[in-house]
Amino acid sequence: MARLIRTEKEVEGNYTEQWIVVDEDPVAQWPSGPLEIVGRPLARVDGAERARGEAVYTADLQLPGMLHVAVLRSPHAHARVTQLDLARASEAPGVRAVLTPDDLDVLTREPGYPGAAIAAVAADTYDLAAEALELADIEWEVLQPLLDPDEAVQQGSLIDEPERYDRGNVEQGFAEADVVVETEYRTQTVLHNSMETHQSVCQWEGDLLNVYTSTQYIWGVRAETAAKLGLPEDKVRVVCHYMGGGFGAKNHPGEYTFIAAELAKRTGRPVRCALTRREENLTTGNRHATIQRLKVGAKADGTLTALVGDFVMAVGWRGFKSWTAGPMKMLYHCPNVSTVEYGAKVNTGPNAAFRAPGFVEGTFGLECLLDELAAKLEIDPLELRRRNHSDSDLVDDRPYSSKNLIECYRRAEPHWEKRDEVRARSNGPWKHGIGMASQIWFGAGGPPSYAWVRVGSDGRALVVTAMQDIGTGTKTAMAQIAAEELGLPVDRVQVSIGDSARGPYAAISAGSSTTPSMGPAVRAAAHDAARQIIEIAAQRYHKEERVLSLKGGNVVSADGGSWPIEEVTGLLDDAQILGKGARGPNPTGMRVLTFGVQVAEVAVDVETGEVRVDKIVAVHDVGRVINPLGASSQVEGGVIQGLGHTFSEDRLLDPNTGAVLNQTLDAYKMPTIADVPEIVTDLIDVPDEHLTNLGSKGLGEPPIIPTSAAVANAIRDATGADVRSLPISREEMLRALAEAKEKEKTREAPTAV
Amino acid sequence: MSDLIVNGQRYALDAQVGRSLASVLREDIGLIGTKIACNEGHCGACTVLLDGVPTLSCITLVHTVGEREVTTIEGLRDHPLVESFVRADALQCGFCTPGQIVSASALVEANPHPSREEVRHAMAGNICRCGAYPKIEEAVLTWQD
Ligand code: FES
Ligand code: FES
Repeated sequence: MARLIRTEKEVEGNYTEQWIVVDEDPVAQWPSGPLEIVGRPLARVDGAERARGEAVYTADLQLPGMLHVAVLRSPHAHARVTQLDLARASEAPGVRAVLTPDDLDVLTREPGYPGAAIAAVAADTYDLAAEALELADIEWEVLQPLLDPDEAVQQGSLIDEPERYDRGNVEQGFAEADVVVETEYRTQTVLHNSMETHQSVCQWEGDLLNVYTSTQYIWGVRAETAAKLGLPEDKVRVVCHYMGGGFGAKNHPGEYTFIAAELAKRTGRPVRCALTRREENLTTGNRHATIQRLKVGAKADGTLTALVGDFVMAVGWRGFKSWTAGPMKMLYHCPNVSTVEYGAKVNTGPNAAFRAPGFVEGTFGLECLLDELAAKLEIDPLELRRRNHSDSDLVDDRPYSSKNLIECYRRAEPHWEKRDEVRARSNGPWKHGIGMASQIWFGAGGPPSYAWVRVGSDGRALVVTAMQDIGTGTKTAMAQIAAEELGLPVDRVQVSIGDSARGPYAAISAGSSTTPSMGPAVRAAAHDAARQIIEIAAQRYHKEERVLSLKGGNVVSADGGSWPIEEVTGLLDDAQILGKGARGPNPTGMRVLTFGVQVAEVAVDVETGEVRVDKIVAVHDVGRVINPLGASSQVEGGVIQGLGHTFSEDRLLDPNTGAVLNQTLDAYKMPTIADVPEIVTDLIDVPDEHLTNLGSKGLGEPPIIPTSAAVANAIRDATGADVRSLPISREEMLRALAEAKEKEKTREAPTAV
Repeated sequence: MSDLIVNGQRYALDAQVGRSLASVLREDIGLIGTKIACNEGHCGACTVLLDGVPTLSCITLVHTVGEREVTTIEGLRDHPLVESFVRADALQCGFCTPGQIVSASALVEANPHPSREEVRHAMAGNICRCGAYPKIEEAVLTWQD
């Protein structure tokens, strides 16, 4: 019977209450540790078609008669269009339709950032569309841009209300402190740069709109597009079979989808609106810069007594404040915490979620602060963190569903203990050191999410769900889960995803939620199908259902006897077994979070400021691991993006005009294979006993969170220099080294009495 | 009118002057395995071989190819590197992967037993935003296994 229950949904720290319907009995979790297929390494099931260049991404789709869009964008950070005439453009060769702000509300005459969309042209080829735009007759009144986030806050130019959080009494906390450290940290603006740029192809079939799009959230695009166009949701079909990366920037349809839909309607032809790399880096989002003014108080033994944070975030013209105060509120057992977060509205491109938004930035600040405190107290940084470990969540006053951070610390210890050995490697100007940082993040996933499983008479299974695989390997994880439950070899399980018209609702691939949301639904559906196979086998072979199970492709009886599954399903002829499953609720009254620690080993040339990372050890607790091979790849990818964030990535603005100076992949420096250090991955792999039928949490985001702080702390260990802003450029490194030298001098100089 | 030789097949080249090799491969011939991620020579996603030499097809004018043989990922589908990439999990979203494999194929052709440093040097022009690099390195080092 369908049961209606009220439960809590969390996406990247946002909790909402929702109703869900649960209509199957809960399935007990599998025992901990590797099973037949789950928990064992498996090469991704869709690896070959991607590697062979057969996979058709949105960027590869060619529909007959398809038109291409070029978008006229503002070259100014802040301006007003005083004149706009597309008459000549619309008569240019190959042009089929044009759009102005009068036609579509995602186009504007008052751009608030460079790259804001003003007008669009659809033509037979992209080049013809771009050439036509040159003929647009447009005049601007250029306005003064507001770029400085502190200035924006002072002027009251805010995205929304400042967010304040208080617990305990920080004044009292500082009064009790033996030591207080106060510091300012800064982080830069980082661009997502997925290899496949944002794009959609829209095509009308009568009153049905087909949207082929590169997205992290098929169902979100469907809902938002339907709402925008005033269509019933079922009149929008969203397709994304393969996508070339998102990292948080592809959670919504984006203006390009609406432009393509409108132009497709006007021309009666399929229309592609694909962003160029430069457009991508102007308009599709970013990790916003932060300024973090932090203060910590602690007793002589390291016990934290107060934490205060004032966070200013350069959100952009639109967007949201990332949860930069999150780690300060959540990571340690500190009774007195006070934070305020300001989202500065400035004339720069809107931000978007970027892999653990806010927590990457906030962890850099907090974990560097903790190490500065440890240095002052002369306490081992790892010991300081152990002493302030929290056994329950102080924000919501709830127990954790599971927490193995102490175990993460224990596993990091052998690397951490090499500190003396590593420091002793210092040679001439090259100083070596080790640093660490802890990680906390969400990753519970949640309902609703559904899957169907179909087993044919040939004993092969098809898992159907309309989710997307953004490169995380979720499709592979789903195949493993279904195969395990059905007792089938994994090559007899196929997974069909990527089309809202061919499968039930599936979760967003963001907030480290795909596997913890989808996995339990797939297992429930496979369980439903397995139950039916067992029921049929029991009748066929005159056994009791309770003695039968599915294993290794067979129906196995506990009291002897084993029959190939296809022998049972073979009875069905053309009939099929259909299983369905839904994601159950999250545990009520509990905080489901992920934890971890990273240890970084670095070398710094104190003369030139060159920094080399030799090793990153990443230990994370994300519950049960479905595919250790894919998981280690995820961890490595997160760490590598973290290293880009630490050293080289930085969207640069002209301080006067707000123009983005590094829009190309040549100018914007992302890590290459030559920049990658040794990365050691260690996952705790213990199921969260309170979380779903799997006990798995998400893994996409945790590994990027502590990397910058661990590296900065290793630099402090090696050189005594306090790095305080990202990226750690040569300038920042040399500044920190000079400051450290200065400090050293004043310490050595005898103080006048 | 000239021809274009791609993966051993001869195609009549009927493209406007100024078009890139990448766009002709993808749009006219339908060989979509060659990806375009930047379209200005900065990322390696569009790498193809011209007479065995790795070349960025997005900044190669199609009319400059002449009689040189173009090899795309479609011409390398049976190369052992494809299997070693999959086995080593050297891809995540997979968008950079065809370009990675094409670059790697030129490396192992010239140097069947590259060192780690040689792999890192030869592959540094192929950006992977997913950060599959450690596994790419492994895939290239173990391509003959
Ligand atoms: S697409 Fe050719 S180098 Fe980037
Ligand atoms: S696998 Fe995604 S960019 Fe390389």
